[in-house]
Amino acid sequence: MSSTNRITKPHEIVERALELSTADGCVVIADEGSSANLRWAGNALTTNGVTRSRTLTVIATVDGKEGTASGVVSRSAVTAEDLEPLVRAAEAAARGAGPAEDAQPLVTGVPAAPDFTDAPAETSSAVFADFAPALGEAFARAREGGRELYGFANHELVSTYVGTSTGLRLRHDQPNGTLELNAKSPDRQRSAWAGRSTRDFKDVDPTVLDAELAVRLGWAERKIDLPAGRYETLLPPTAVADLLIYQMWSAAARDAVEGRTVFSKPGGGTRLGEKLSGLPLSLRSDPNAPGLESAPFVIAHSSGDDASVFDNGLPVPATEWIADGHLNRLSTTRHTAGLTGMQLSPGFGNLILDAGGEKSLEEMVAATERGLLLTCLWYIREVDPATLLLTGLTRDGVYLVENGQVVGEVNNFRFNESPVDLLSRASEAGRTEKTLPREWSDWFTRAAMPALRIPDFNMSSVSKGV
Amino acid sequence: MIGATGPDHGRTSVPHSIDAAFTALPLRALADAALARARALGAEHADFRLERIRSASWRLRDAKPSGGSDTTDLGYAVRVVHGGSWGFASGVDLTMDAAAKVASQAVAMAKLSAQVIKAAGSDERVELADEPVHADRTWISAYDVNPFEVPDAEKAALLADWSSRLLAADGVAHVDASLLAVHENKFYADTAGTSTTQQRVRIHPQLTAVAVNGTTGEFDSMRTIAPPAGRGWEYLTGTGWDWNSELEQIPGLLAEKMRAPSVEAGRYDLVVDPSNLWLTIHESIGHATELDRALGYEAAYAGTSFATFDQLGKLKYGSSIMNVTGDRTAEHGLATVGFDDEGVQAQSWDLVKDGTLVGYQLDRRIAKLTGLGRSNGCAFADSPGHVPVQRMANVSLQPDPGGLSTEDLIGGVERGIYVVGDRSWSIDMQRYNFQFTGQRFFRIENGKLAGQLRDVAYQATTTDFWGSMEKVGGPQTYVLGGAFNCGKAQPGQVAAVSHGCPSALFRDVNILNTTQEAGR
Repeated sequence: MSSTNRITKPHEIVERALELSTADGCVVIADEGSSANLRWAGNALTTNGVTRSRTLTVIATVDGKEGTASGVVSRSAVTAEDLEPLVRAAEAAARGAGPAEDAQPLVTGVPAAPDFTDAPAETSSAVFADFAPALGEAFARAREGGRELYGFANHELVSTYVGTSTGLRLRHDQPNGTLELNAKSPDRQRSAWAGRSTRDFKDVDPTVLDAELAVRLGWAERKIDLPAGRYETLLPPTAVADLLIYQMWSAAARDAVEGRTVFSKPGGGTRLGEKLSGLPLSLRSDPNAPGLESAPFVIAHSSGDDASVFDNGLPVPATEWIADGHLNRLSTTRHTAGLTGMQLSPGFGNLILDAGGEKSLEEMVAATERGLLLTCLWYIREVDPATLLLTGLTRDGVYLVENGQVVGEVNNFRFNESPVDLLSRASEAGRTEKTLPREWSDWFTRAAMPALRIPDFNMSSVSKGV
Repeated sequence: MIGATGPDHGRTSVPHSIDAAFTALPLRALADAALARARALGAEHADFRLERIRSASWRLRDAKPSGGSDTTDLGYAVRVVHGGSWGFASGVDLTMDAAAKVASQAVAMAKLSAQVIKAAGSDERVELADEPVHADRTWISAYDVNPFEVPDAEKAALLADWSSRLLAADGVAHVDASLLAVHENKFYADTAGTSTTQQRVRIHPQLTAVAVNGTTGEFDSMRTIAPPAGRGWEYLTGTGWDWNSELEQIPGLLAEKMRAPSVEAGRYDLVVDPSNLWLTIHESIGHATELDRALGYEAAYAGTSFATFDQLGKLKYGSSIMNVTGDRTAEHGLATVGFDDEGVQAQSWDLVKDGTLVGYQLDRRIAKLTGLGRSNGCAFADSPGHVPVQRMANVSLQPDPGGLSTEDLIGGVERGIYVVGDRSWSIDMQRYNFQFTGQRFFRIENGKLAGQLRDVAYQATTTDFWGSMEKVGGPQTYVLGGAFNCGKAQPGQVAAVSHGCPSALFRDVNILNTTQEAGR
């Protein structure tokens, strides 16, 4: 096998695959990816890597007497010889699948991306040119200060090219960077965490984060045991993001209409329009949100409850899911919008909660007579879809606040709470700021959230894990 | 599930060959190019891994196709130890020049690591435990029919038929059906002379029936408890699981669940079915006995472990009847291989013996670092783009050779709950505090099942829970459960893993009412 048989330009691959198609309709998605990462433990690098990836997804649609079927086949490392077999495999999959329930005419009328024929964007280990030496410096400082640093820095860039037999030629470049830093005392009895999302690693400094964590480890030198119970609690933005991302994953309109989610109304229908919070909350997504930019059109590699391959290329508008505290939208594809009679609201690539609050988390702490300040939540899982009850644990620092001051570190807890209920009970929202959702950062990194004050957060049991 | 068909131990799987389309790839030539470049650049160790992983899903909603995909990931990775540091890089171009270039990138990454380590003032060096050379070895998992050789139409038809059977029953409002299948090929070669070529097949069918009370708005679901398996299409046609029996029972069980009373929170004796206990084992023993976690290498992400290295041979993990093995050799196991991703031959060993922690899961670096000798073969990467990390073997609770049946275990309980099927799971970052729910909870009164309960979750601390295990069932209750999607490491990787266990009896476990936990 020689290198000459590779088609190297993604847009040419897309065009060639579309030419080869003999199906009634065809969507081709080329994902060109690159990544670089560093991982460390105990003040030393453990693993690292640079990767390149290329995946071509062909979605064939075949019309039949009983409806239109779709077949989805993806392959990595596609060569010129692979293209025709790949297109034929997608067509065969469509013919073997039977009519697709979500079948719709392929999208038309979206203007072509001006950079569709440009080479893909790319990252490399060079993205860490300034960060890596600073990380080494942070290790040295931590060692001198009696701290152990653990963590992960990852940067990836995916250029996605979408072409359809109906003429769409679209492209989106998605950079995605995350930094997670965890500091521990050498006996591992104290632990603190900070995380950041970044597009290019130019706005994150591990030595600054290490200094923040040194302060938190200092707070943890005084240990306070508290029993399970309901406590006034300050949820930081990362925890709020984790809870609301899960809520949005549970916000499919069709499921709600069918009576099987927390957004179903007893006796039929949905809770659209219902007041969820006394605070003037706005929960929205916007592909053009500064610093949180995401794909402005639908990219669906497979169909599911909240996505349809037939919607590929459909513009994704800014959407307000909760408006002034009221449930305003549930997610739909064109198919489920038709089924439910709801407005078309395709999925979300970022999530922003705003209640107009202006206080920083520090200012909210200063205004707390007695309460708990969390660092983050972990191992969040759904217990009951009817209430959207979630369970999980606090992690890397729960601090007791008394008279506006952090007075020590409390044991960790298991919580059982529903984000929907939390919104109804939240008594204060702070200033909205960009945050890294810790639990879901493998899948979702673009969020801006305020801290929330919950008067009675349910700490179900004590966890002695540190 | 009482009366469910367990693993089929008597059937011999059909012998297969490694897929010719995979062996036709320039495996050896690419490996030689990469390893030669790594050697020339001064690597102390280098390994090359080329993988082709085909993963497909088929989904139906109310018996109609609602989505599917068929993805093949093909690429290769080069990992080196150079100057005492790890370096890793991967690529997709199947040319000798490209493979050599990827090896150069891996060495460059090792040099970058060395700079950071030096800046930190550390003198830590990567060294690997010795492993015998395994030259030109092949291994193929046990299955009869490659699911990718079955026409898609046949798969869709079977899932539609099963869905329709459930939908036709009274009280079933909706049915979600899915089928996942994976066909994995790996070629591995290293500078010591080991080279292995392997092929694995696994499959996971799942159906969920949903009931909705249109008046009250209450809804609930009942999912099949058939585990994923290291088997082929035959798993859906009568080998290894009795689908007809399970599908027949689900509507009645769901209707009963909808009428069932909400549990009274408190302390109960539990008989836990293998369909639920496998996941408790996974979370509270499987992950806790990964030595990289215990040493802190997973600390920032999934966490550490209460089972720290200094407690090896001392920690009282559970009651004296608790015996747990790590096993990469179990037939039809999802984590079963011939050789791991560091060229280490698959093994079986003790993790917990008579209730005491006696072993860990290891890779070559961790084995050398801790002086434990040979790795027990727990290095695994889920794709050619990822570095091998220390991943779970099939971790299984051993049955009592003369142990009781599930019915007899239930017979020994005056007031308790029989727990069947997994649903929600969560455990803390040191694997102490866990909370699990299930698919079906049956009240036990005076040794007999007395109808289902709703809103049940059990919450415990790992060593308290295993310490409360009074009896383990016999081999006749043993089932190999498992999952396709165990997550670990950064960048995130998924791995499939099986956990075998018998039914078991636990005394005095804390039961929560999940409706009350939701504040209602």
